[in-house]
Amino acid sequence: MGDIRVELYELTAHELGNLIRRRKISVIELTKSLLDRISNTDCILGSYISVCEEEAIERAKQIQLKIDSGGDCPPLAGIPMALKDNICTRGIRTTCASKMLADFVPPYNATVVEKMYSQGTILLGKLNMDEFGMGSTTENSFFKKTRNPWDTERVPGGSSGGPAAAVAGGEAIFALGSDTGGSIRQPAAFCGIVGMKPTYGAVSRFGLVAFASSLEQIGPLTKDVTDCALVLNAITGYDRMDSTSVDIKHPDYTKALVNDVKGMKIGIPKEYIDRGINNEVKKAILNAAEVFKKLGAECEEFSLPLTEYMVPVYYLISSAEASSNLARYDGIRYGYRAEKYSGLSDLYIKSRSEGFGAEVKRRIILGTYALSADYYDFFYKKALQLRTLIYDSFSRTFEKYDLIMGPTSPATAYKINEKTDNPLEMYLADIYTVPANLAGLPGIAVPCGFDSNGLPIGLQLTGKPFDESTLLRAAYTFEQNTEYHRIRPKVDR
Amino acid sequence: MFSYLGVVIRMKYEIIIGLEIHAELSTKSKIFCSCTTEFGGEANTHCCPICLGMPGTLPVLNRKVVEYAVKAGLAMNCKIEEFSKLDRKNYFYPDLPKAYQISQYNLPICRDGYVDIDTGSGRKRIGITRIHIEEDAGKLIHDDESMSSFIDYNRCGVPLIEIVTEPDLRSSEEAKAFLESIKAILQYTGVSDCKMQEGSLRADVNLSIRPVGQKEFGVRTEMKNLNSFRSVVRAIEWEAQRQIEVIESGGSVIQETRRWDDNTGMSYSMRSKEEANDYRYFPEPDLVPVIIDGKWIEEIKKSLPELPDVRKKRYMSDYGLPEYDAWILTRSKALSDFFETAVSKSKNVKAVSNWIMGDLLRILKEKEMEVEDIPFPAEYLARLVDLIDNGTISSTIGKAVFQKMFATGKEPEVIVKEEGMEVISDETELNHIVRKIIMNNPQSVADYKNGKQKAFGFLVGQAMKETKGKGNPKIINKLLKDLLG
Ligand SMILES: [Zn+2]
Repeated sequence: MGDIRVELYELTAHELGNLIRRRKISVIELTKSLLDRISNTDCILGSYISVCEEEAIERAKQIQLKIDSGGDCPPLAGIPMALKDNICTRGIRTTCASKMLADFVPPYNATVVEKMYSQGTILLGKLNMDEFGMGSTTENSFFKKTRNPWDTERVPGGSSGGPAAAVAGGEAIFALGSDTGGSIRQPAAFCGIVGMKPTYGAVSRFGLVAFASSLEQIGPLTKDVTDCALVLNAITGYDRMDSTSVDIKHPDYTKALVNDVKGMKIGIPKEYIDRGINNEVKKAILNAAEVFKKLGAECEEFSLPLTEYMVPVYYLISSAEASSNLARYDGIRYGYRAEKYSGLSDLYIKSRSEGFGAEVKRRIILGTYALSADYYDFFYKKALQLRTLIYDSFSRTFEKYDLIMGPTSPATAYKINEKTDNPLEMYLADIYTVPANLAGLPGIAVPCGFDSNGLPIGLQLTGKPFDESTLLRAAYTFEQNTEYHRIRPKVDR
Repeated sequence: MFSYLGVVIRMKYEIIIGLEIHAELSTKSKIFCSCTTEFGGEANTHCCPICLGMPGTLPVLNRKVVEYAVKAGLAMNCKIEEFSKLDRKNYFYPDLPKAYQISQYNLPICRDGYVDIDTGSGRKRIGITRIHIEEDAGKLIHDDESMSSFIDYNRCGVPLIEIVTEPDLRSSEEAKAFLESIKAILQYTGVSDCKMQEGSLRADVNLSIRPVGQKEFGVRTEMKNLNSFRSVVRAIEWEAQRQIEVIESGGSVIQETRRWDDNTGMSYSMRSKEEANDYRYFPEPDLVPVIIDGKWIEEIKKSLPELPDVRKKRYMSDYGLPEYDAWILTRSKALSDFFETAVSKSKNVKAVSNWIMGDLLRILKEKEMEVEDIPFPAEYLARLVDLIDNGTISSTIGKAVFQKMFATGKEPEVIVKEEGMEVISDETELNHIVRKIIMNNPQSVADYKNGKQKAFGFLVGQAMKETKGKGNPKIINKLLKDLLG
């Protein structure tokens, strides 16, 4: 115990927003608090690939000036945040944690970055991840391993491990990550924070370096559900630069922050809790169901068919798309180029062999194989057909339930190097998160307990397309009636 | 190679040809970004992060491209698909910055159409299998001196349509006639300017042969990227002969892609079927399907202009032009428009048509000019015809005026005045000249008086020569007759 003084970096965006608007704190002071925190703890956590110290302070001054002059003050104005390093930032290198793009500086901003800037948020830097988003531990980064703030011998999850560790460790008030198969929700669960993957098409993908285009969305990693709603308000919306973004009017998501789930129908897929799940995780999920029941929701188990196909279908489709999306990194125009080569073919082979890490190469090979003429019908086409069936089975499920509830991951955070030799086992652990990506559904992970090692457990809620409001309402109610989100890790030096 | 024996052997075989034609669309901006499609420009100045395929960028389909493809489809009697999609065609090449081309694989915008062509033995219907949209690639420039290659991405992302025909063509003449029809249709509809020298129309030729009477097709080869009608014709002739010789010498044709070399006049094997690229097509996840509703199709249909075939028939019925003339005049939209403007200002359609079919096309060919390069408006031609018809100048002088119009772009009346080319109708002046001719040609005068009509013509000619072609032949005739009694 001892020091009970609350540091600014420990607060949430909505708390800090209040303090800023009431002139209790200055944006500069807040930004410096975060930068100090980063310089104190990031040598342990390794969340950041790039820290934009000078730009952040400069920007903090500008925003404070704006606030002082009585200008418009959006809810996130002055809040220091950070971005996963696959979200393009003009003039700031965007590496995807790959040797291939180690020196790549985009001449454009992602649409979400423009939106963040227009909100007046302060960009602290770019966060570590599994190379190109491929992985669940952030061990597949070319630069460094990121450590879990709850236990620095453990991984923060992935691929948005940097964002999750930074937010949980107090190195950013919130972060934006990307979720292709669970890459926001699983690290959020591992690090005891809130992470949401919005409905496919809710947030523009323009400027998100593509891994698997038909599956991924950018989403928030925050300390609580209120912050999640605030960030969601800021990033959702149609973008004419992204044809797959959907032109609908999004509600004010903070309106969904209502402490009431009475009459809400929540389904728990039997297949999610029957086997292959850590007992402590299972207990926490069933306990969460009891919480919801006590608050007046109807919770029941049901059978979600096709669960066994989710992971294979996901890996075929995501790898197929990745094999094509990553083909542009050929050493010709930008990015890594091998130093010695003879001829065009050799330039391609050497640059790509040296520029990509093992996991990326594994997926490219898998995806190329799945799309090749001889195997297309057997792999890729089958996977597409199954994807349609999966989509349909969710549609039917949502005729009956408002939400689906389950674990985010079958286990809590792994030890560093624990799983690196067994990619297949790691793939299988994505079973609870990939369905939302395959069906384009919104999903949220919220803290729902701790295991006997003191590691956080994440509850996952999945909703109907564009029904983030129901998701937020249930998550908010759960949060208001539990204390898990208040417990913060202590990062030891 | 084309000996008499060769011709006989050749007649034993039927040539089967299918074409894949790529036409650049004349939209102002590229297919997936707002960069200009303008030809030329310093290397890599018509590009942006999107057409350069930089990380995180996304394509957005230009609606005009869909409209133009539908236009082309309707003009070629195709069925327009209300639902189509875009796919990725994956292959590595430095001119392709994403390492895939966005194209259409199994659901093209148009299918099952046809175009009628005129052949030596009447009209023939050529089936159009499909028309789809896709993006063009950049251009590699090899520099032998520095032993290196440079890339210009200006063409990257310029919209194309690919028109695929049924294997309905049977000779290089038919292929040429078909290409001319396609070119005319694309120009009339404004879908493409079809400038071959800028590479905006190119064709791949699929060719096989079979003994006359055989039902099954032979093994076919594909020749890629022929960028002039002339090379298409030459490539077909050469490849057909090659395949015949292979078969005649007991060999068999291999399914392969061949490269036509216009300089050597030969095709070379590029890759066999076994080595063929596996393009790993799959649906483009960055774009939504293309939905074309019936209302839009109707709107586009209404916007279609008169097509070359219809125009040709109209020229025959309205102007009484022979079929061949009507065909020549309607092959190029620019020429046809020139003709129509001239005709609208003139009463003498036949004369206008003759001027265009004769002198105009000849001069264009000599000067290697396009119709668009003619330095005077079509109306001037109508006025030139008028000057001849009302007797201001003779038709011989008319030819000289026409040459001057090409050289200076001046109005015919101005040229006639400046050069003093008006017909001399002054009887006193002509009387003087005719007397001089009679005096200088006593023999011809004698011949004429002895009943040789030819001699009279000679004397008229001499008088015309004396007037430098400007004498009014009617008056000269009359004066001669009077003087010779
Ligand atoms: Zn562009």
